[in-house]
Amino acid sequence: MTAPTTTRQPRVRARRAGFGALLRAEWTKFRTVRGWTIGMIVAVLVTAGIALLDHSSCGGVTAPGGADVPGTGCSAPVGPDGKAVTDAFSFVHRRLDGDGDITVRMASLIGGRGPAGLQPWSKAGLIVKAGTRPGSAYAALIVTAGHGVRMQYDYTGDIKAPPGAVTAAAAPRWLRLVRSGDAITGYQSADGVRWSAAGTVRLHGLPPTVQAGMFATSPASAQGGSTQDGSTQDGSAQGGSAQSLGGSGGSGARTLATARFDHIGLRGAWPPGAWTGTQVGGRPSPDTGFRQAAGTVTVTGSGDIAPYVPAVDGGGVAVERTLLGAFGGLIAVIVVAALFMTAEHRRGLLRVTFTAVPGRGRVLAAKAIVIGSVTFVAGLAGSTAAVLLGERLLRSNGDFVLPAGTFTEIRAVAGTAALLAVAAVLALAVGTILRHGAGAVTAVVTVMVVPYFFASPLSVLPAGVADWLLRVTPAAAFAVQQTTPRYPQVSAPYTPGNGYFPLPPWAGFAVLCGYTVLALGLATVLLRRRDA
Amino acid sequence: MSQATIEVSGLRKRFGPATALDGMTFTVRPGRVTGFVGPNGAGKSTTMRVIVGLDAPDTGSALIGGRPYRSLRRPLTRVGSLLDAAAVQPSRSARNHLLWLARSQGLAAGRVDEVIGRVGLERAARRRAGGFSLGMRQRLGIAAALLGDPPVLLLDEPFNGMDPEGIVWMRGLLRALADEGRAVLVSSHLMSELEGTADHVVIVGRGKVIADTGVADLIARVSAGRVAVRTTDLPRATAVLVDAGAAVAATGPDTLAVSGVPAERVVALLGANAVPFSEVAAQRATLEEAYFGLTRDAVEYRGEPAGEGTR
Repeated sequence: MTAPTTTRQPRVRARRAGFGALLRAEWTKFRTVRGWTIGMIVAVLVTAGIALLDHSSCGGVTAPGGADVPGTGCSAPVGPDGKAVTDAFSFVHRRLDGDGDITVRMASLIGGRGPAGLQPWSKAGLIVKAGTRPGSAYAALIVTAGHGVRMQYDYTGDIKAPPGAVTAAAAPRWLRLVRSGDAITGYQSADGVRWSAAGTVRLHGLPPTVQAGMFATSPASAQGGSTQDGSTQDGSAQGGSAQSLGGSGGSGARTLATARFDHIGLRGAWPPGAWTGTQVGGRPSPDTGFRQAAGTVTVTGSGDIAPYVPAVDGGGVAVERTLLGAFGGLIAVIVVAALFMTAEHRRGLLRVTFTAVPGRGRVLAAKAIVIGSVTFVAGLAGSTAAVLLGERLLRSNGDFVLPAGTFTEIRAVAGTAALLAVAAVLALAVGTILRHGAGAVTAVVTVMVVPYFFASPLSVLPAGVADWLLRVTPAAAFAVQQTTPRYPQVSAPYTPGNGYFPLPPWAGFAVLCGYTVLALGLATVLLRRRDA
Repeated sequence: MSQATIEVSGLRKRFGPATALDGMTFTVRPGRVTGFVGPNGAGKSTTMRVIVGLDAPDTGSALIGGRPYRSLRRPLTRVGSLLDAAAVQPSRSARNHLLWLARSQGLAAGRVDEVIGRVGLERAARRRAGGFSLGMRQRLGIAAALLGDPPVLLLDEPFNGMDPEGIVWMRGLLRALADEGRAVLVSSHLMSELEGTADHVVIVGRGKVIADTGVADLIARVSAGRVAVRTTDLPRATAVLVDAGAAVAATGPDTLAVSGVPAERVVALLGANAVPFSEVAAQRATLEEAYFGLTRDAVEYRGEPAGEGTR
């Protein structure tokens, strides 16, 4: 049949209508429902606002040793990479004006008085350090009580030496530390004749003049059996008992380590002079220090040279504490994102959408991109404000905010925004599957907000359960907020209750992404299969 | 094949135990209004959802200008549809509802204002669609259907909820759209709504087509040979006409319906026998009468014997 319309030209000129047009359509849909815009603003305000309500101090206890920084109950030196460190030990040192080496025989390493003897990470040995200021760069050849011989440097660096000739921890051993420019190399020997390398590290920017010599120190005892497996629930992440940074830590008893050195030999650019004893970090104590007699140096120290771990080192507020409000923002985001889809189901509007755009998978993709992008921007605004305002408020309250390093802070802030964005897409997908707003919101809150809140901020679950929940549920993504890593060289209760997530930041985030991809896949299949 | 033709062929679809479509087949041609009529549950809405790709038929096909709806690029510029006037986000304004639809087709925002003008919603365009009466929502739905200036229009029960003024407006609009050369398919469960509007009707019942015919033909067929007579002497008139071979039935105290004899012959017979009469008219059936004549056997929801109510 030939109709007059066969050659009829549409009077309406249309631009190319591809995926971009679809994105514009979904964006128009989003911005023209006032409730959704308000919901996103609420998400921003809640994310930023809860941080402002939360200003717990670091315990309010000004411990005797914590008076390093006037006016604060707790503080910590900052290491070369901008992160808080623990730097407290007894140092017997001399100036070294360039290249040189020191060789000693370490005759013994024993514990101090009291019930708590040597700890696995009690340590003594040779150290080259940029100065005696706590937090300055260093490299050390270390004999530990329980973890063998190691090269450690700049607080986080830790290399286990190859097994040497000396196997018994208590047996005398020879140590040598060689400084050559930026390179520091450690050697060990059982007899002072046959040497094996323990490791070489480079300290970039190490000044020509350094302090070098012998040291000893010993961390607080791991009270209550709390170790890396996280079997305790002491909730001291916020430093319930701020104590001396120079001495014992927050969660255990102060311990001492005493090392005896003899056969001390120096080569290289050592100016004439005598050994000086310095208590680096913290305050001098009658039971620490050094004695020198007949070619023998005996050093007794307490503390640690390690990354700062609030759970053992006392107070301090981790940066992510200011991001606590994200869980509230997350709830608002989940509601808006779920409704972005289920409102269409409820009104039959989805049929109008599908007559305009028959490609159902494309519709879901466009919706996911729009809600994800909007949420990312809102989340970025909220979490940036939370960290900036929260840190300022904490500091003005006299709290000690743990320096995390710029990149780590950016990762926590951007990661929080990404977490909210992906959670929004998850809620959208679950809403598509369930076709019911309240059901979708309940489902996503149950699998994401509830496990996080009970496992971490509330900390009411046994550590094992909390750990498990934060591995297998989408709540694992909150790991992106963590700015305080767990360090194998520091024994601490690394539990969710103390702010430690079982998975690394991006691995936790990947768990959420995995669930979201699965939900999107199922939602796409159902959308295509079901009659609209 | 014209772009403005809908071809529905052999559609079958079951929802669980219920057969919704049972071999639905018809063609909608451009330049006329095609009424799509049948009782509730006859399969009209399901057929329209299948045409626009929302529901998948078990078998059969529905093509727009030879192509399935789902393969159309910018489908709103090819087919405009109004399937459910309630399908709006209540808190979104009418204008913004049309705006996102326009964006999805790459249409300029100016087109939105054009269609708002065409359906007479200028004053309500920036109000929440949730506050609209059903009649206003029908106008908004028509505006959405017209947005892409499509050669094919599918309107499901557009008269629902309209006031008399709105019904008159809608009839005029449908005629105008058809006169512009578009194919217009309008469903209704009330044949009377289409009186004077539809050029062609597809009458359906129980998921299939009962009649697919021009309105003029249909009425002529049903009306054929019926003559109305008004007389003050019913018995004599009846006797004279029956003697002449006509079938006669009294339809009032002074009116008769006569069939089997043309009107001129009725006048001649009555005059020859001096039977007084004040009116003799060839009677034209209403579209609704024609419809009932055709669907008497196909009505879906008749009283069923007790005991068959549950499956």
